Amino acid sequence: MSQRQVLQVFEQYQKARTQFVQTVAELATRPQNVETLQNAGVMSLLRPLLLDTVPTIQQTAALALGRLANYNDDLAEAVVKADILPQLVYSLAEQNRFYKKAAAFVLRAVAKHSAELAQAVVDCGALDALVISLEEFDPGVKEAAAWALGYIARHNGQLAQAVVDSGAFPLLVLCIQEPEIAVKRIAASTLSDIAKHSPELAQTVVDTGAIAHLAQMTLNPDAKLKRQVFSALGQISKHSVDLAEMVVEAEIFPAVLACLKDPDEYVRKNVTTLMREITKHTPELSQMIVNAGGVAAVIDYLGDSKGNVRLPGIMMLGYVAAHSENLAMAVIVSKGVPQLAICLVEEPEDHIKAATAWAFGQIGRHTPEHARAVAAANVLPKLLNLYLDTQSSEDLQVKAKKALKSVLQKCTYLPALEPLLYEAPSNILKHVICQFSKVLPHDSKARRLFVTSGGLKKVQEIKAEPGSALQEYINAINNCYPEEIVRYYSPGYSEALLERVESYQPA
Amino acid sequence: MARLVKLFMQIDNIKEAHFVRNRIAEENRQRENSAAVRIQSWFRGCRVRAYLSRIHRKATMIQKTWRGFKAREHFRQRVKTAYFLMKMNFYNKMAVKIQQRWRGYYVRKYVHNYYARKRYLEALTQKNEQIRRELEELAEHQRKERERVAMEREEQEKYVRAQRLHFLLSTKQCPGVFNSPFRPEPDEMELRLRRVKPVRTMSAPKESWPMNQQPSSYQHNKERLPPIHNTPQGPFRPAVEVQQQRYRPLEPSLRVATSITALEEAREELRRQEWRTRLIDHPFLPFSKAPNKKYEPLLHAASPYQQTEYGTKHFREENRSQLETKKLFRRVFTTCHVFDKFGRLYSNTGKTV
Repeated sequence: MSQRQVLQVFEQYQKARTQFVQTVAELATRPQNVETLQNAGVMSLLRPLLLDTVPTIQQTAALALGRLANYNDDLAEAVVKADILPQLVYSLAEQNRFYKKAAAFVLRAVAKHSAELAQAVVDCGALDALVISLEEFDPGVKEAAAWALGYIARHNGQLAQAVVDSGAFPLLVLCIQEPEIAVKRIAASTLSDIAKHSPELAQTVVDTGAIAHLAQMTLNPDAKLKRQVFSALGQISKHSVDLAEMVVEAEIFPAVLACLKDPDEYVRKNVTTLMREITKHTPELSQMIVNAGGVAAVIDYLGDSKGNVRLPGIMMLGYVAAHSENLAMAVIVSKGVPQLAICLVEEPEDHIKAATAWAFGQIGRHTPEHARAVAAANVLPKLLNLYLDTQSSEDLQVKAKKALKSVLQKCTYLPALEPLLYEAPSNILKHVICQFSKVLPHDSKARRLFVTSGGLKKVQEIKAEPGSALQEYINAINNCYPEEIVRYYSPGYSEALLERVESYQPA
Repeated sequence: MARLVKLFMQIDNIKEAHFVRNRIAEENRQRENSAAVRIQSWFRGCRVRAYLSRIHRKATMIQKTWRGFKAREHFRQRVKTAYFLMKMNFYNKMAVKIQQRWRGYYVRKYVHNYYARKRYLEALTQKNEQIRRELEELAEHQRKERERVAMEREEQEKYVRAQRLHFLLSTKQCPGVFNSPFRPEPDEMELRLRRVKPVRTMSAPKESWPMNQQPSSYQHNKERLPPIHNTPQGPFRPAVEVQQQRYRPLEPSLRVATSITALEEAREELRRQEWRTRLIDHPFLPFSKAPNKKYEPLLHAASPYQQTEYGTKHFREENRSQLETKKLFRRVFTTCHVFDKFGRLYSNTGKTV
């Protein structure tokens, strides 16, 4: 055979390989084909193609593998078991940038499913290769490498520590300063994933001076970037007071409040999460945020948003109010209580209701003024309903009960307490009666109102063991009134009167 | 003598009388003795009673004086304590008043300052209002921006579409798709088509000579050279920066800026200055007031201190023979009686009750 015919055979084979690999890559984008591909044994076929001489075939094979592994974790495990990873890692160091991108994509797809897979990726030395590819010029390669590192570090603290130990940090901080938005996004999300596990890792993030860059990026118009940046800042500041203070010293307030009006709801949610993590540490930080007008902004945010994203806002108000009564009064003055009452009614989810109940407890527990503000918003019957509802979860019941108790112990606003007399179980009733017994001896108008609204009648109907605290309170209330009235309202008085009528002998 | 004879005649009477008297005396001895004893005892008793009453009176007087003295002393002491207690009560009451005022002031100013809190809450409400307004404005502004951008993009898209469909414009003979004769007015697209300029294809570029400001001879002389590099170059630094770097002024360091003969030049300059400014070569010295001026040697030259040899541990001059005759340094002295009475003075000022 002539030379040309021999070469033609090789060309045909190469064309066939290229076509196969490209089709498989395209089919792998659709999830319904993946099962069929897996059953057809695509892994074992793609693996030798990774070592192909033609670079295009290598890259497409890697891309196909990545898409397959991305789909579910069985395939990712199959990738790991088939020993493809060491080959990919080795070639990460050598090949051109398209291959690096595809290889990083495969690593990321494998590492994203679970911690063991990520550990397998780390074990075959992927970290060093990824760090080297972070130094590349091409922004696409940097993005893919940073993304893979982010997915590895996401699962648990040791993996994050391994990523840090491999020296990726300074390069990630350099990536943040890159002009391309995609690289910045991914680098910010990786930093956020690393910083979330432990205070030491967050401290490492801070030591490389990342906070200043992250603070600059909060003014960027891109929404996804802002999401990641705020998430990173939130993860850093949640661990300790010093870290939160460092984040605050980067002078992000009050510029950050402007992002609370961003159209993207995850940006708003992450901003509120950041504010929550900062306010939860000390009263001084909360004071600073309150003075900057953050509370008003968050309350408006609660009004604008719906669903799960309200949770960090509610928790932030709760934390602010928990520190001192000044701050709780600041929350009340900023019209927080009506908004929280709306949240309590509107939200269907139990954990959000529980958070709202907790926030009410924190606001109302300081002084009678605060309790009055909470009670005036007609919140107490709702809390009681939540406590008594059998369908609400344990957590919600416990929180509602605690909130009720702490508000009731300071509440002297009698019109709000009266509805509770009728429905409350005995352990709550004890506190209600206690409050009545404190207020009634001193206020004659309140006594009159108590009688006319039927409260005294209800109190007489309550059965209490003699010698218990409840009986003492009832006695204290009864002592405020003349005896005839008390007897008139006591149960069975009408029968007693009728018996007297029967036994009366007219003279 | 007659008396004697008479006496002798009465001797027997005398003797008898003597014995009778003795007998009578002897009989009465007991009675008389007891009477005498009784009288004596009564008299002794009188004496002793008188004596006793005397010393009683005296003792009473002593005791009376003593008791009076002691009672007055006691009374004075009670007066003092009563006065002291009165003073202390008064001071306590005044101190209570001061403490009341102070505590009231302190609590109202530092612990719970009602007016400061009120002012703070008012300021906070105002700040909240301001922040809410600003955020609203910002949101409004951003929304308008987005709407504007979206509208512009839409406008651009429509323009491009009209450009591509420019052939659907209606003519006099045949109404276009967008200009139906059954409608009272042509469609928006039709109006757009009328306004649009068709897309220029890749034909030869027309010479629009207001654009070229340079004379045509210059243009023809300029030949296009082949590109230097085959591969794409970049990214380039901005031109301003390159310009700045190329034409950066020289900032030489101090060492570079000084000439090599700077030292000699400086010396020369110093000499010239001296030559210039010195007017008088031999200054006229006035007579000094103290002709016999004692020469005061320099401290440096006068001290005996020179470089000591290696290994000396102390630098003091040691004159052993002189030192031996000296007495030892006294470390203990006699006490001074300034503080003996400290704390033991008899005045009670400063002591509390």
